[in-house]
Amino acid sequence: MVFVQNFPFFSILLSLGSGVLTSIMNKRVARLWNTFILVVITVLSAVLFVYMLRVGEPYTFMMGHFPAPWGNEIRAGVLEAGMALFFCLVMLFSLKGGQEHIDAEIEDTKVNLYYIMINLLLSSLLALIYTNDLFTAYVFVEINTISACGLIMITQSGRTIEAATRYMIMASLGSGLLLMGLCILYDITGHLLMSNIKDSIAYVYAQGTYNIPLIASIGMVVVGLAIKSALYPFHTWLPDAYGYSTASSAAILSSLVSKGYIFLLIKIFFRVVGFDIIVDSKIVNILFVFGLCGMIMGSVNAILENDIRRMIAFSSVAQIGYVYMGLGLGTTIGIVASIFHILSHASTKSLLFIAGVGLTDASGGSKRFDDLTGSGYRNPAAGVAFTIGACSMVGIPLFSGFISKVQFAEAAVQNSLAKMLPTLICLAVSTVLNAIYFMKTVIRLYTPISRRTKNTQAGEAAVVSLREHPLYNITLVCMVILNVILGCCSQPIVDWITSGLAMFG
Amino acid sequence: MGGNLLANYGEAVAMILFGIGFSNLLLQKNLIKKIIGLNIMDTATYLFLAEKGFIAGRMAPIVVDNITSVEAYINPVPSGLVLTGIVVSVSVTALMLSLTIRLYRRYHTLDMDEISAMMKKEEQ
Repeated sequence: MVFVQNFPFFSILLSLGSGVLTSIMNKRVARLWNTFILVVITVLSAVLFVYMLRVGEPYTFMMGHFPAPWGNEIRAGVLEAGMALFFCLVMLFSLKGGQEHIDAEIEDTKVNLYYIMINLLLSSLLALIYTNDLFTAYVFVEINTISACGLIMITQSGRTIEAATRYMIMASLGSGLLLMGLCILYDITGHLLMSNIKDSIAYVYAQGTYNIPLIASIGMVVVGLAIKSALYPFHTWLPDAYGYSTASSAAILSSLVSKGYIFLLIKIFFRVVGFDIIVDSKIVNILFVFGLCGMIMGSVNAILENDIRRMIAFSSVAQIGYVYMGLGLGTTIGIVASIFHILSHASTKSLLFIAGVGLTDASGGSKRFDDLTGSGYRNPAAGVAFTIGACSMVGIPLFSGFISKVQFAEAAVQNSLAKMLPTLICLAVSTVLNAIYFMKTVIRLYTPISRRTKNTQAGEAAVVSLREHPLYNITLVCMVILNVILGCCSQPIVDWITSGLAMFG
Repeated sequence: MGGNLLANYGEAVAMILFGIGFSNLLLQKNLIKKIIGLNIMDTATYLFLAEKGFIAGRMAPIVVDNITSVEAYINPVPSGLVLTGIVVSVSVTALMLSLTIRLYRRYHTLDMDEISAMMKKEEQ
């Protein structure tokens, strides 16, 4: 046992423990401590990632003193370690980018509560990534939901509380289905550890005696996780939750929370059920159809929206649709495309939310498009960052969104005709729709206001200089760099994802 | 089929309750009724687990009189899962109730549709 192999456990425990500690801290100490812990966990994940790349073999880590069929386990491979590193980075950027808003929008006595939620969220995300036990995964899914709910409602307006309630209702539906599905799976197989369940399921499926309950339970798990990650018809809570919470919350929710569930779903596909059985059971086809609907409808709703934050939120619905469409293709290369899109969407969407809040600040706090006219001149850093994020979402080369679209198209072409045509058509239509609403926004950002209207909108003309918000600007630069790295050096990343998926099997 | 159903009536009841709870949580407009639905749904899962863990004619898995044979006891794992699940559902229920209180203080109604309508009116 090498010392590095303890790092997943350390990261989970560190963030959980620091969540408890944060409750007795004041605002300033809590912020410093939270940053410190996040950096530490990022470094731990990075070291583990490098180690895993060098070793090239996954390992399981026994939690407690009971060996495999009874005890609890953590499992780490290349993909898990890399995902953990990426999630930590995105969370760090989102928090730092929205720092001023956290300080301004949240009551002073409640700021440390916000950081508790962040810590719990991080620990649950890490646990979802690393765990090898289905029931542990369920418990951390719930922790994830509750802390995400806290992140939404921390600003305490009527809108956010209503959004949090809607979110909790949908999430409870999802976790109810997930729990029931897991219970039936446990009854059929008699195990809770992923690797043992996989062996039993392969046996049971070959026997053919319990096929209907098996498919039903897998379906419940898949639908449960799909509801929780806001797949198209279940997205009603999403625009309000992302649109009215504080900027960091919106960035974290859209780029991490829903992605954690999708990553768990991919783990279940590969490590619990076995990918062949999933494809054979036709469950992926349902995901495929809903993914396609999401891609189109999310974009259409985004075009109709008149509020920049809600527009970005609806764009998230479309992007989640992309991810599920990739899962629905039912090939490994489709899954690779989906995971790449998880990365690209997480880096881009957090960038958009953080840049968007800078633009709305430069427009007197209004999120309406009319007031945003010309805000790209008033806050140049945010304007450029938003433009880059928009280009990435639309799929302009150089940025990450282009690579993920190419990946999806490649995966589609290698599929049968019945799935290839709808995928390619929907990709094209959705890209055009994306371009319509993002380019519309970018053009508006750089439309100069005429002098006459400027005078009527008093107090709005103040230009934010580049030196004014150093932390915010540095974060934007970091996010753009992350995005460009994903877009320009995609081949090593795709190789990494492919090798990680091979280790899942 | 029919014979299986009779032998497993506990599981069948659990599934029916799950459906009732699920549809209540999804379709009711009243927040309190939604929360009741949530609890019915969760409890149905625990009933299902307890039914699955129980083996007729065996004891609770606590060693007394030095009987260590596996054959003497029921499966303890589902009971453990039920306990964990109860903790989770209690915290979710508490959170939902506190959200409901907040909404009620602000809008003086428990109806989700009315709350949405009021919010739209506030915006204009």
